[in-house]
Amino acid sequence: MKEIGSYFIFLGNLFINRESFRTQYRLIVDECVLIGLDSIFLFVLVSTFIGAVTTVQTAYNLIAPYIPNYVISQVVREMTLLELAPTIMAIIYAGKVGSSMAGNLGTMRITEQIDALEVMGINAVNYLVLPKIVASLFMYPLLVIVAGSCSLLGGYIVGVLTGIIAPTEYIYGLRYLFNDFTVTFALIKAFAFAFLVSSISSFKGFYTKGGALEVGISSTKAVTTSVIAILIADYLLAQLLLA
Amino acid sequence: MIEIQRISKSFGDRQILKDISGVFEKGKPNLIIGASGTGKSVLLKCIVGLVKPDTGTVFYDDRNFTDGDRKVKKEVRREIGMLFQGGALFDSKTVEQNVCFPLDILTSMPKEEKAERVNQVLTRVGLANANKKMPSELSGGMRKRVGIARAIVNNPKYLFCDEPNSGLDPQTSILIDELIKELTVDYDTTTIVVTHDMNSVMGIGDNIMFIFQGKKLWEGANKDITHSGVKELDDFVFANKVMNAMRQNT
Repeated sequence: MKEIGSYFIFLGNLFINRESFRTQYRLIVDECVLIGLDSIFLFVLVSTFIGAVTTVQTAYNLIAPYIPNYVISQVVREMTLLELAPTIMAIIYAGKVGSSMAGNLGTMRITEQIDALEVMGINAVNYLVLPKIVASLFMYPLLVIVAGSCSLLGGYIVGVLTGIIAPTEYIYGLRYLFNDFTVTFALIKAFAFAFLVSSISSFKGFYTKGGALEVGISSTKAVTTSVIAILIADYLLAQLLLA
Repeated sequence: MIEIQRISKSFGDRQILKDISGVFEKGKPNLIIGASGTGKSVLLKCIVGLVKPDTGTVFYDDRNFTDGDRKVKKEVRREIGMLFQGGALFDSKTVEQNVCFPLDILTSMPKEEKAERVNQVLTRVGLANANKKMPSELSGGMRKRVGIARAIVNNPKYLFCDEPNSGLDPQTSILIDELIKELTVDYDTTTIVVTHDMNSVMGIGDNIMFIFQGKKLWEGANKDITHSGVKELDDFVFANKVMNAMRQNT
């Protein structure tokens, strides 16, 4: 409970004694480059393969002759939009970006770089953490859109190349009974997960105490706590918005 | 001038600082000395506001820093320069960017003027050609010099140095000590140096405060330190073999 309280105080400190807009803007752009460009290759790779595997496994399970082939791409679409793109990618995001944020802030803490900022009268939470959270809120939904597209494309390529499904059937299945709220839902989840991963990881890193070993521990805790928060939020959002 | 009044600080059940008062004068280095774990660095952190003391007050030229409003704290912080034990340089920035950082954040100086000021302080600390180097490319002594350059770039009224000689060879230590003393006199700053290095004590210790187990046991100049009459201080001073040999020879 004490840690949850500290987390909310930490979030409150994001908006106290703010730096100028120009400084914040520059820091946010830097973080966007770090978060977005450095993660895009991994996201494209993972999501393409997930889409491909989902297609193969769905086809493997649909053996009844009266079920049309386009159901395969319909299943791939629903799984991608509802769960794979926003949630599974959020877990990968926590592992890559979250651990990096915690490690970065943890190292700055143990090498007194954060103290140096505070001595200069700079609110280190606002200066270091707010740009990470804002950049995350911009970049993660974009990454989710890229991941979703790659997943559907991966399914298409494998489905067509292996002869599981014809191109027209795959496209038909993607469009069949499409409910555009699933895209809205995926983006709502993306914003929520982006905030949770960046804020929790920053919180864990910012309050690192000790040395190099503790920085490693903070990074691990950042990932573990973020993943738990993602799963809880995933359930709550599904219950609130889909039930 | 900095004045501290009855500073106490505990972490959990452990009391680190016990009712410490003192005055740190302008234009000469003020040393806080004592063995490791006696609370010197915690006292320094209380003075610069990184740690809030449980009781007591810190005054910067009669401005109440501990209980003052945000405006006073902001004003005082802009007048502070601090050298940290490991330099605390920002890893992702070059030497030039590190030194320029306080000017970028705290002033609205034009770019050319900032560059000129950065070059001026880097030359002052003997690192005229290190502008584009990254902190990872620097030796321990060079990191300290860059840390000093960053601390003085904004013409601070108050300069704090936490263990400026830790991890340095004796010759570099002497150079750093001399640099701190020169800067203190040239810029007329109120300088506080936390150290346990007897070379620093004998070299630049014009005003010394000795801390033992969280208490202030002695205050004076380095010329008086060998005959203070305080057993704990004698144990600290003469633990150094050179000092001990000097005592036996005199």
